Amino acid sequence: MSAVNKAVSRRRFQRKITERLAVGGMFLCAGVTIFFLLTILGYVLYHGAAAINWEFLTSLPVPAGESGGGIANALIGSILVVACAAAMAVPIGLGAAVFVNEFPTARFGRFVRFLAEVLTGVPSIVVGLFAYALVVRPMGGFSGFSGSVAYAFIMIPIILISAHEAFRLVPDSLREASLALGIPKWRTILSVVLPASSSALLTGVVLAVSRALGEAAPMLFTAFGNPFWNLNLGKPIATVPLLIYTYATAPYEDWHRKAWAASFVLLVVVLFTSVVTRAFLRGKSHE
Amino acid sequence: MNENLAVDEERDMSEPSLSEYSEPMDQPQPEETRIEVQGLSVHYGKTKAVKNVSLSIKSRKVTAIIGPSGCGKSTFIRCLNRMHEVTPGARVEGKVLLDGVDLYGPGTDPVEVRRKVGMVFQKPNPFPTMSIRDNVIAGFRLNGMRDRRLLEEKVEKSLHMAALWDEVKDQLHQPGTSLSGGQQQRLCIARALAVEPEVLLMDEPCSALDPIATAKIEELIHELKESVTIVIVTHNMQQAARVSDFTAFFYMGELVEFGVTSKIFTNPDKRQTEDYITGRFG
Repeated sequence: MSAVNKAVSRRRFQRKITERLAVGGMFLCAGVTIFFLLTILGYVLYHGAAAINWEFLTSLPVPAGESGGGIANALIGSILVVACAAAMAVPIGLGAAVFVNEFPTARFGRFVRFLAEVLTGVPSIVVGLFAYALVVRPMGGFSGFSGSVAYAFIMIPIILISAHEAFRLVPDSLREASLALGIPKWRTILSVVLPASSSALLTGVVLAVSRALGEAAPMLFTAFGNPFWNLNLGKPIATVPLLIYTYATAPYEDWHRKAWAASFVLLVVVLFTSVVTRAFLRGKSHE
Repeated sequence: MNENLAVDEERDMSEPSLSEYSEPMDQPQPEETRIEVQGLSVHYGKTKAVKNVSLSIKSRKVTAIIGPSGCGKSTFIRCLNRMHEVTPGARVEGKVLLDGVDLYGPGTDPVEVRRKVGMVFQKPNPFPTMSIRDNVIAGFRLNGMRDRRLLEEKVEKSLHMAALWDEVKDQLHQPGTSLSGGQQQRLCIARALAVEPEVLLMDEPCSALDPIATAKIEELIHELKESVTIVIVTHNMQQAARVSDFTAFFYMGELVEFGVTSKIFTNPDKRQTEDYITGRFG
């Protein structure tokens, strides 16, 4: 075998090694990612499933030491607070995204997008403090509404960024088709661009809602928590993530079990929302 | 046959009630000028895409714009309904007169201009979220018209005009994107015709279509020029020769030659034109 052939075969061998290492590395990374998700699911299921029953979902919390009781008020509270937050965040986030995308020459628009990216990185505890200063202090007390404001701050940039990406995927030819029919720009955006990107918009909103559903930190100084029934957003209200935090840091064995159970419920709600949305979107795209 | 007659009657009946949505079309003389372009120049930032072009487009005739890629054909045609304004950084000098009114004059609304001067694009672009029916009447519905009876008439009339009715009459509620490419393009033509424009601009309408679909569109152009003025940009010189009454040859942003199609293709005045149509360059 000549020297040249030797060099070639050695290089081929090196290439194969590099290839194996790269593929192996990627498998490892993918494996670790899946491992964490499955472990979290399994661990929460293992610890939480035992405490889940109908009573847990439908009754109020009981004082420490008593057995039984549930998290019904926190479940309803979470839904109320997040729904109110979404009612504020969806129009604001979508409106800002339309502005950023449809008026690309406006320097202000690009600035808004940049700020939204920064805002996604703001720690949620800071958002909670801000909502405290902005809403709780002037209103003179903790309230579900102040919690909604904090959640809205978390949701707006997520909705804005995902909606902006969705609008960018709408081909310009569709906008032109509409404008060329003598349809004004605002109508074009409302009746052509928004419907064409509706699936991606919905995905973004669901993402933002799931994110907010699981945040405990912004609730500490805003919604505050409440062991009783309360459907009034003007008063302190219980939410599931805050309840998990309170129960998990308490010294009672029974509360720890309930914290696990509540975590399980929260996970199921979030997964259920995202799976249902996906199924719905898949159904829609098959039409 | 009887069905067609019935449709014609309906068409006549619908005219008066439509007048509030579109200008009633006056009856121009055969050689009347519909669009007069005077010294039109277009800049994109620092590049000048169209240089000092003047020509007049005759009413109810087909005017073809030919020339090699990048010669400013599309830019020029997009200036005739102010669609180039969608492109950031575009700037226009000169005048475009539609029936004597400057499209770029102060107080002229581009939205109004586009209702009078419709456009069909290179790639078929039906609205993907709308049915065939809704695509056709999008120009009305999105401008707030709700009269169901009138809209149904519009759907049928426009699809007849675009020679698509017989192919889609049983599937009007299917999405517009379910049609074949050629049918989609005719759907886009129907959509543009529905708002009854005075002029129809076609920017390489057949470049994404196969020869059979192309032949259908060309046949359609022949029929349409009875009622509407057509300006068509095309890469295909045989197509220009087949469908147009007048031809303008653009090169490097300039209008090299403009005249009756038969003369341009048989005995052009300029050497450049002859070289291009005989395939020596471009």
